[in-house]
Amino acid sequence: MTTKYLIQGGVLANGTQSDVAISEGVISHVGSNLDSSGYTVIDARGSIVLPGLVDLHTHLREPGKEDAETVLTGSQAAAKGGFVAISAMANTTPVADTAGVVEQVFRLGQEAGLVDVFPIGAVTQGLSGENLSDIGAMADSAAKVRIFSDDGNCVADPLVMRRALEYVKKFDAVIAQHAQEPRLTHGSQMNEGFVSSQIGLKGWPAIAEEAIIARDILLADHVKARLHICHVTTAGGVEIIRWAKSRGMSVTAEVTPHHLLLTDELARSYNPIYKVNPPLRTEQDVISLREALADGTIDIVATDHAPHASETKECEWQEASFGMLGLETALSIVNLTMIQSGLTDWPTIVKRMSTTPAAIGRYVEHGKDIAVGNPAHVTVMNPTATYRVDRDLVASKSRNTPFHGMELPGVVGATFYNGALTYRAGA
Amino acid sequence: MRHLLSISDLTKVEALSILNTAETLSRVSDGPMKKLPTLRGRTIVNLFAEDSTRTRISFEAAAKRLSADVINFSAKGSSVSKGESLKDTAQTLQAMGADAVIIRHSASGAAQTLADNQWMSGSVINAGDGTHEHPSQALLDAFTIRKHLAHGNDDLTGLRVAIVGDILHSRVARSNVLLLTMLGAHVTLVAPPTLLPVGVESWPVTISYNFDDVIESVDAVMMLRIQLERMSEMFFPNAREYSRYFGLNKDRLVKMKQSAIVMHPGPMNRGLEITADSADSARSVILEQVTNGVSVRMAILYLLLAGSQELEIAQ
Repeated sequence: MTTKYLIQGGVLANGTQSDVAISEGVISHVGSNLDSSGYTVIDARGSIVLPGLVDLHTHLREPGKEDAETVLTGSQAAAKGGFVAISAMANTTPVADTAGVVEQVFRLGQEAGLVDVFPIGAVTQGLSGENLSDIGAMADSAAKVRIFSDDGNCVADPLVMRRALEYVKKFDAVIAQHAQEPRLTHGSQMNEGFVSSQIGLKGWPAIAEEAIIARDILLADHVKARLHICHVTTAGGVEIIRWAKSRGMSVTAEVTPHHLLLTDELARSYNPIYKVNPPLRTEQDVISLREALADGTIDIVATDHAPHASETKECEWQEASFGMLGLETALSIVNLTMIQSGLTDWPTIVKRMSTTPAAIGRYVEHGKDIAVGNPAHVTVMNPTATYRVDRDLVASKSRNTPFHGMELPGVVGATFYNGALTYRAGA
Repeated sequence: MRHLLSISDLTKVEALSILNTAETLSRVSDGPMKKLPTLRGRTIVNLFAEDSTRTRISFEAAAKRLSADVINFSAKGSSVSKGESLKDTAQTLQAMGADAVIIRHSASGAAQTLADNQWMSGSVINAGDGTHEHPSQALLDAFTIRKHLAHGNDDLTGLRVAIVGDILHSRVARSNVLLLTMLGAHVTLVAPPTLLPVGVESWPVTISYNFDDVIESVDAVMMLRIQLERMSEMFFPNAREYSRYFGLNKDRLVKMKQSAIVMHPGPMNRGLEITADSADSARSVILEQVTNGVSVRMAILYLLLAGSQELEIAQ
């Protein structure tokens, strides 16, 4: 007999105040003034009660770099951030390019039991961009892979990309492209612009992202395949996607919380905590990304949670690893940049962080409404309470958060995954 | 001042104070007894993670003329992947009691990273970090220009300086643009478009792709070294074409104003960015730059390390 929970006094995304009862892994009652006897009560007064969050872009580092993150610690960070499903990127060691590796990661996720860990399969063997990986074996495995990506590397060869887009149609899967023209970004360290010109770090031009977005949108349309663009960072990329959608082309896109908030001005410190790929861009890009997320040009928020051991960040900028933590702060940054800024509302955020990512990944048990009979994946968050980010208190195994010391609005109070309480603030 | 990382850390008053102190100290170098006791007992480390003979020996000479103990530390390739990290190196130097570290490094920002972290407590002097800055070079260049062309003025108001060559990869250019414009000079950057950074249009300078348009009107030309590997990276078609458009040769030399000077931070590629007759001409102050470099670096060390000690020099 599992514990029954009553989330009491919260507000649903649509603004109605409602209690939510959870029993046997599903939402058993939704309504006002539900009887609490027999339930463990979660006080949600002042909080908003959302469908559990789904992340399509997570680096868990296991297998290979368990000193930076494991499936378990990444799951803990996810639950703390309000997530109930995450998607483990393929750039592990060994690479997730075979059924064996994706099944291992999937099984570790099940054993951790805090979120669903859906492995993403590599598009090409060893992420080398040359030969297709065991796509069918991964799709048909226990992990049922439906997203393929060489993330970290761009599938740069247009023929390989075309074949991948076409082939995965057989599995109703999607290619998630890390859009970065490699020849234009060899050795690049940060956004190419005024700041890079002054501080002498090699530039990563916006065009290197936009050229691949444009090419792949046209390719995907030609072969009538699904394309997903990872972490869009540029105003120009947004414009191309907007154009494609206006033509009815099948493309989806994501933006990270850090690209919604931070700019390349931070690189002036040479502190590699701000080094990320694709890089932080300009204020103008940030504004465009926020507008695109509000109007649906960008479909989802994805964290690109990228844990790194401290020695790869306590060094010269150009020697440091790319990437920053994201799971634990994602919802509060979206709250800050999208809700508190007045750009959008909670029903839209539910789409961007739960419904649509679940639909893109074909995560059929996720992204459902808070309604009786649905799986009890629920996130409770107080949008007005604030907290100070402390890198020494993160659930992740790594500490590379660029938000250390920032006061952020939006405190996750509780996360439920399949009816189990996977995170409780203060517990 | 605790560190010297970038010209942008200096106020105009501080920059002029370095130049004026260098002026005073240059008399020591000119005199019979070249050594001052000012920094006796202090330990200065030359941490050179990138090859550089000139800058290292210039700082070494400056430190020794102030009686400091100098340790030369050559750490080629200080990356995490290649061996000892910058953090471990810094903590090692701290454990040895270094009062100041003069750092040359191939990574932009390495000096700032050293100064911003709590790995060591001494002063950090940037002796060139990647393609970012080389502040002591800019200070010695400004010192040299002032000596020749300022007619007793404190700053460089009204003077026109052309910096010619690989601006994109040049830390000398970045530091000079900041310092010379702060001191009132007008700077023109002359380069092929491939060797100018995106974003340069927002710098406080004039841009020219045509050396011949600029040569007649400037008071000083500063020629930058062209690294031969730039050719394989397709920044320009070949060395001959580069020299034709952007080299300083006899034809251009004779068009210069009578008082104008020719500068080069060294080491020169004779025949590429500068012809031998230009480098050795009467306009050339290239060796004087080397001499002035020692005085300017003495001034930097003095102002960072001697604190409130009075500068006492037999006049």
